[in-house]
Amino acid sequence: MVKWTRKDLLGIEELSVEEIVLILETAESFKEVSTRSIKKVPALRGQTVVNFFFEPSTRTRTSFELAAKRLSADILNISASTSSVVKGESLKDTARNIEAMNVDIIVVRHASSGVPHMLAKLLKPSIINAGDGSHEHPTQALLDIFTIKEKKGSIQGLNVSIIGDIAHSRVARSNIWGLTKLGARVSVCGPSTLIPRDIERMGVKATYNIEEAIEGADVLMALRMQLERQEKNLFPSIREYAINFGLDKEKLAHAKKDVLIMHPGPINRGVELTSDIADGPHSVILEQVTNGIAVRMAVMYLVSGDDGERL
Amino acid sequence: MKMIKNLIIKNGHIVDPSSNLNGVMDVLIEDGKIVSMAKDMRVAAKRDDSEVLNVSGKKVFPGLIDMHTHIREPGREDEETIKTGSRAAAKGGFASICCMANTTPPVDNQGVVGFILSESRKVGLVNIYPIGAVTKGLRGDELAEIGELKRAGIVAISDDGNPIQNSEVMRRALEYSKMFGLPVISHCEDKFLSLDGVMNEGYISTLLGLRGIPSVSESVMVARDIQLAETTGSRLHIAHVTTAISISLIREAKKKGIRVTCEVTPHHFTLTEDSVKDFNTNAKMNPPLRTKDDIDALKEGLRDGTIDAIASDHAPHTENEKDVEFDNAPFGIIGLETSLSLAIMELVDKGILTLSQLVEKMSTNPAKILGLNKGYLKAGEDADITVVDLERKWVADKDRFESKSKNSPFIGWELKGMATEVIVGGKIIVRDGKII
Repeated sequence: MVKWTRKDLLGIEELSVEEIVLILETAESFKEVSTRSIKKVPALRGQTVVNFFFEPSTRTRTSFELAAKRLSADILNISASTSSVVKGESLKDTARNIEAMNVDIIVVRHASSGVPHMLAKLLKPSIINAGDGSHEHPTQALLDIFTIKEKKGSIQGLNVSIIGDIAHSRVARSNIWGLTKLGARVSVCGPSTLIPRDIERMGVKATYNIEEAIEGADVLMALRMQLERQEKNLFPSIREYAINFGLDKEKLAHAKKDVLIMHPGPINRGVELTSDIADGPHSVILEQVTNGIAVRMAVMYLVSGDDGERL
Repeated sequence: MKMIKNLIIKNGHIVDPSSNLNGVMDVLIEDGKIVSMAKDMRVAAKRDDSEVLNVSGKKVFPGLIDMHTHIREPGREDEETIKTGSRAAAKGGFASICCMANTTPPVDNQGVVGFILSESRKVGLVNIYPIGAVTKGLRGDELAEIGELKRAGIVAISDDGNPIQNSEVMRRALEYSKMFGLPVISHCEDKFLSLDGVMNEGYISTLLGLRGIPSVSESVMVARDIQLAETTGSRLHIAHVTTAISISLIREAKKKGIRVTCEVTPHHFTLTEDSVKDFNTNAKMNPPLRTKDDIDALKEGLRDGTIDAIASDHAPHTENEKDVEFDNAPFGIIGLETSLSLAIMELVDKGILTLSQLVEKMSTNPAKILGLNKGYLKAGEDADITVVDLERKWVADKDRFESKSKNSPFIGWELKGMATEVIVGGKIIVRDGKII
């Protein structure tokens, strides 16, 4: 098996198939830990993880926090509102100060693309990208792929449609990289104003037609619509979006019988998905959340460079 | 420094398109003026106040002129001062530079013009020509006192960096400046289209999830300004053209006889948007780096004369300002010290421009556009001369830039071609590539 050699996890784009598979397999062995009554392994005992979040997040931050705790690491949460960033300290200075406290892993989320990359170049601790701008959100894609693989056995040959605001979605980009590397056929679907230029060059098909996206798809991944996008004239109203692209019973009538419905959360019920779909039998949305912890345990474990016996 | 009354530049290969000179000749300079040019000039007996500068194997150009620089004084002396900017210009081979109006306070009143002129005389290196603001405070709504600015010494007007969105204001600016014979230099950008973009809109911006600046945000304004120049009959100069569409619009306009000229920067014909891939904030500028197709169009525009001038758009920013999130970094890079080498490597060595054409774009044409009595080598005129060693290689080393700021995407590049001597008004300010 391939050995993990990266200090950081910045994106899926640069990962090899073998590296992705290694993360998924490592996650598999960690998944069981969370089902024990004592949900803890000593893998990262004595190590310090910092959750450094410049954007609001509940799910991802909590998931990383639990993952770190279940690996016995010490974890500290810093959010932009409580850090000295509000006092005008530069990102670089804040990051260097955290580094100076001898931490081992920094999990970073930032509204600007490239911030984890900048920190990775600057700092000794491992950097894990928990979402940078509209660029990448690698652990989200990994947990999505983990969930699909669990349900479908393999990614190879699956048809996956990603629906919604592709232009502003880091989840879409990371999933496109990961899924296409593992052999899935990926389509992106959304309003024409939210499909970015030249997206086909990433190896996907782009369509504005929701029926086309649904038909034959093994997986439908709905993205969160950011309601503030309306102000920028990218689409006329949430109502019109929901009518054209929201997944509901009627549209799914033509879907495959075993289609998986996914969503990275948080859901705008009645916009991306109706409640009956979100909570219905095809939905694996909560399993995505469960798997998120295992995947993040795997990633932290791998970047920490511990090659010793697992578990 | 001892005063040299009498200087002979010997054995250099003179390239001066305005007088059709292209061959080895000597130049005799006295009291800051060119006295004569001839082959194998006999050197008078060595006198104490005379010097013979042997430049055999090198090219002798009329002093280079950079018509688009940002010298941050007054206001942002932490980024660049008139002194450091002058030194950077001299090092880069420029005898003259034109500084843009967006200082703090801006060049919208005669006081700032006077300050820049007097400070530059104190520094005493290159000639500095201020460009005045089009509108008061660069706010884009009310014309500045352009006549007053002209009397104070400006050579053009521009709200560069704060492109005028209101077409009526732009129309009046073109009309009003006409009576002073001043060109309006336009940074063409529709701010509604560029919005909060940080790089060229295209595949790379899609990959990186960075907000894009579409190329039409430039070309719609190029089209607007060309039409305004046509209806007003005024002189329009388009700054830093970057897109293929802009080039074809300007080419058509010139064919129709509209009084439009334009410039290109070395970074726009050297680098593509790919340079942004590692989130290098020194690849962030406005207009942004475009695509290979755009570069091809720029080179064709240089070759066929659609593009009149090469200008640096030298825009110093401190490391602290640039060492931040890509979204938050200011636009702009320094360029005075790398322009000439990049033009030689990308244009001359690749057969896009002859040396004569290079001199046109870096000296003759900027002088013509701005109405400067410069850009040629002629008896009786100012002895502004740039001596260039086309083969001299050097590495762009961050710590060796004369500019106070170091924001260059070319750091670490091996460059070819160097201005080894620069003479301004008969005074040698650069010798063997070093400022004296």
